[in-house]
Formats: sequence, C-alpha cells, structure tokens
Amino acid sequence: MHETVKTVEEVSRRPVTVPGFGRPLMNHEMVVNMGPQHPSTHGVLRLELIVDGEIVVDVIPHIGYLHRCFEKHCEHMANYQQVIPYADRIDYVAAMSNEFGYVVAMEKLLKIKVPERVEYIRVIMAELSRIVSHLIAIGTYGMDIGAFTPFLYCMRDREHVLDVFEETCGARLLYNYMWVGGLSHDVTPNFSEKVKKFCKYFRPNIKELNDLLSYNKIFIKRTANVGVLPGDVAINYGVSGPILRGSGVKWDLRKNDSYSVYDKLDFEIPVGKGLKGTVGDCWDRYMVRVHEMEQSVNIMEQAIDRLPAGEVQSAIPKRIRPEAAEVYVRTETPKGDLGFYIVSDGTASPFRIKVRPPCFVNLSALPAMCRGAMIADVVAILGSIDIVLGEVDR
Amino acid sequence: MIPQEIHSALQQKFPDAVLDAKLDGVIDPFIKIVPHRIKDIALFLRDDERMLFDSLMCLSGIDYTGGKLGVVYHLNSTKWNHKIVLKAEVTADNAHCQSVEAVWKTANWHEREAFDMYGVVFDGHPDLRRILMPDDWDGYPLRKDYQVPEYYHGMKVPY
Repeated sequence: MHETVKTVEEVSRRPVTVPGFGRPLMNHEMVVNMGPQHPSTHGVLRLELIVDGEIVVDVIPHIGYLHRCFEKHCEHMANYQQVIPYADRIDYVAAMSNEFGYVVAMEKLLKIKVPERVEYIRVIMAELSRIVSHLIAIGTYGMDIGAFTPFLYCMRDREHVLDVFEETCGARLLYNYMWVGGLSHDVTPNFSEKVKKFCKYFRPNIKELNDLLSYNKIFIKRTANVGVLPGDVAINYGVSGPILRGSGVKWDLRKNDSYSVYDKLDFEIPVGKGLKGTVGDCWDRYMVRVHEMEQSVNIMEQAIDRLPAGEVQSAIPKRIRPEAAEVYVRTETPKGDLGFYIVSDGTASPFRIKVRPPCFVNLSALPAMCRGAMIADVVAILGSIDIVLGEVDR
Repeated sequence: MIPQEIHSALQQKFPDAVLDAKLDGVIDPFIKIVPHRIKDIALFLRDDERMLFDSLMCLSGIDYTGGKLGVVYHLNSTKWNHKIVLKAEVTADNAHCQSVEAVWKTANWHEREAFDMYGVVFDGHPDLRRILMPDDWDGYPLRKDYQVPEYYHGMKVPY
C-alpha cells in the first residue's frame, strides 16, 4: 500500500533511526558511510559514522563481508590436521601465529609434549611472523595518515622474512607448516644462518623507521592524544595485544600465561607510557609495535643459539582421535590474544571449534575510542587498531 | 583462588542458581549455572574482592544436539591470574539467556555472534542484531540440524 504524499516539512519532522544507534538522530546530526570499499578500512569493513559537523558522535561497524564459515568448515573436517590450512587463513598476514595457537591447543587436548627442537623452531617462526605483521601494520598506518615512504621500507624488510619462510616450507603467505605433534618437515641446514643474518640486518632498520616515521612531527601531531583508551576500559572491552599494552597494561600471554618455551627466553613487555601525549593514544599503540619488533629480534637471537638438534615429528597416530574433552587455549599473536575453544566428542572430527579472534574484540572497542573525535581521526584510530578483516569475519 | 573455592563461594551466594560442576579430571574446570541468573553471578564474580574476574576471554555458543544449546563463558582475572569456565544450557525452542553486556563490554559482539550462529536470545542486550551473516538470513548456521538454503536472493548457495 502506498503512503499518502506528505509535505517536505512533515517528512523532515519524522524521527530518523539508525539500527545500532541508541536514539533517533537529532536535527543537526548526519550519517556518513565509510566503506566497505575504502582504502583506510584495510579490507571490507563498513563504518556508519553519526556525525555532528566534523565531530563523530558514534560509530557503528558493520562486519561479516569476509565471512568464510571457518567454524562450520571445521565441524565438517575429516580429521583435526585438516583444520590447519584453514587456521592459516584466519589472520593471513601472520599465518604462523594462528597455526601455533591451534597446535598448542590441540596438544593440550591430546596431552602430548612435542620435542624441544620443535618448540624453538615454532617460537622463531611465530616471532618472524610477528615482525611481518607489525611491519605491515606500521607501513599501512603511515600510509593511512599520509606518509607513503615508510610503507616501502617496511615492505622491503618484510621481503627478507618471507624469503626465510619460503626456503623453509615453500610458501610465502599461507604455510601449513606447524602440525599437531610437530612440524611438517625440518628446517633447511642454513636456516640458523639466515635468521641470524636477518636479525643483524633488521635491528638498525628499526632505528631508521623511528627517524622516518615514529618521531616525525606531523605523524605525532596526527596520532598523539587521539583515540585515547584508558586501561580499565580496555580490559572491560577485552582488547588485547598492542592495544591493551598501549593503554599501559602490562599483559602479554607469553609472560602472563606462558606457553611453549617462552618462559625460558628473556624479553621485555613494552607498554605505552604517554611519551608524546596521553597513555593509550594512537601513538602509544603504534610505538608498542615498534618496541615489540625489537623484542622479537631478541627472542629469535636467543632461540637460535639454543636450538637443539633432534626430531621434528613426535610419534602421534596419523588419525588423531582425542577422548571426549574440551579445552580453551589462548596464545599471543601479533594482534592480541587468539583463543581456540575446541570441543571433542571422541570421534576423529571436531565437534566444535570456536575461535576468539583478537581483531574482532579489538574492533568492538572502536566506537569507544572514536566518540568525540574528528572524522579524519577515525582513520588514524582504525589504523592504530591494526585489524585484518579475515580474522574479524573468519 | 582454586576452582573448588570459587565453586563453594558461588554455591553459598547463589544456592538456587548453581547447578553442578566438574572441577577434577578435566582440562578446564567448569561450573554449570542457570541461564536466567547469569548476570547477577557475573556481577558478583567481577566485583567480589576474592574473584575479580575482570575479563571475559571468550563467550561461545554451542549445540549439544538433541535440542540443547549452550553458552560457555571463559573468565580470567588479570589481578589474581585465575580462570573459571561457566556453562549455561538452554533449549533450542526456548533459547533465552541473560545478557552480560552490562558487566563485560566484550560480551556485546560475542553475544551477537552466538545469536547469529545459534539463535540464542540474550535478554537485556542493547543491540541484538545479526553480526556476521546478512540481516535477512534464514536460520542459524552453526546449529547441527541446519539445512543450507538452496538460494539466497536468487544466488545459488551450495557450491
């Protein structure tokens, strides 16, 4: 049925509601759409900005454009090893870290211990992966804010890490390298040499990056005092990783809830100190990533020195059949706490696998960071969260 | 606190809401609770000086088959560094559970996801919409008896 024609005045008096926004819009408020195809959203993310002039009143994120039914697929897998290539694709810029989380969870479920050599190789891979992820985060963050050059420097360094991965397992992005109970195969004989060489090469480049971007006056102006997230709010939102540490909370699962061999390695947890503005602003979150890369280099150097010889596949049956049990394991990926909740019903295929992706939770705190900021700051805040939509949507 | 102490403290405070528990012989000890009392329990667990469960690590929906759904809460205390798992069971035809969004903001999106995938309605949630699937999607994809539709807006779904 058609509505009767109303006058412009009548129509304009009608309250406008936006799903997800608590109240009807006021007369001076406006909805601006950002995404799903917008370069600063780092993928297919749509944000509805409720704005009052230049000021952001609220942000309503719409996600799910990249939903690939990870959890549904897992339930249809014939066995537990087959999940690993899918786990790679959760966060595709740091695939090693995802595999790591999954295999740690599976090994806890199966109550098996893997050889020490495997643990050390896994740690080295995870830290290389952390450097790759942070380089992309830093490079694209600079680009979001208008600095194009750092991106090229970051990509140049990333290339060296990808070469190490390629030599080890043949793939540059999605590896399927860590298997439940071990690794798919051993590293090449000159692996230690290559990693050492990379550590030596990369350390001065962090300083170069600092000179180029971190302490750049314009960059600081754009990021300091922007998108402040206080520590207690951050914990309540459940955010993790560099965002939580940027808010001054010293929380890193590698230390606080240690797994693998991280408790034998010596490294520090960088936290935001509000050097250029307030604790928990965009600059702090950015700087935590830079410091973390330094720490990753430290960890790798120690791990390479201690790398024992031995087998890389512990004796577990080809077809894994865990007893009916469930486990929740979280590991520290570059983006934050990655949790796997695995429920087994005693058969060879998983009953339920739930992923708690760090980006999903971190992104849910975006409205809290954006309220009261300017529209241009939304880009800066979103970039500082460093989301990968593959992980948000799974 | 060890899980046994948490369990007895909860039983003392909420004798009618705590059902049973499995604290030994499992990897993660869990306590079963009544779904419509979860908010009070959550508030107690967050604010009590001995508990201080300030972070909700994960909230998952699960389909136990046979018309039973579950909501699983994994809690962690950043101060005391202890953990506990809470489980609430609902039936598929009357899947109502209390929302804990007001206690932990993390629950907002996690509850929306559980609603999206399992159809568990969280009473008291401020904005319970689908989150990963399109708004007009039919059914709850992660339920075990879910049938994939043939078409969605004229597009073939199974590939």
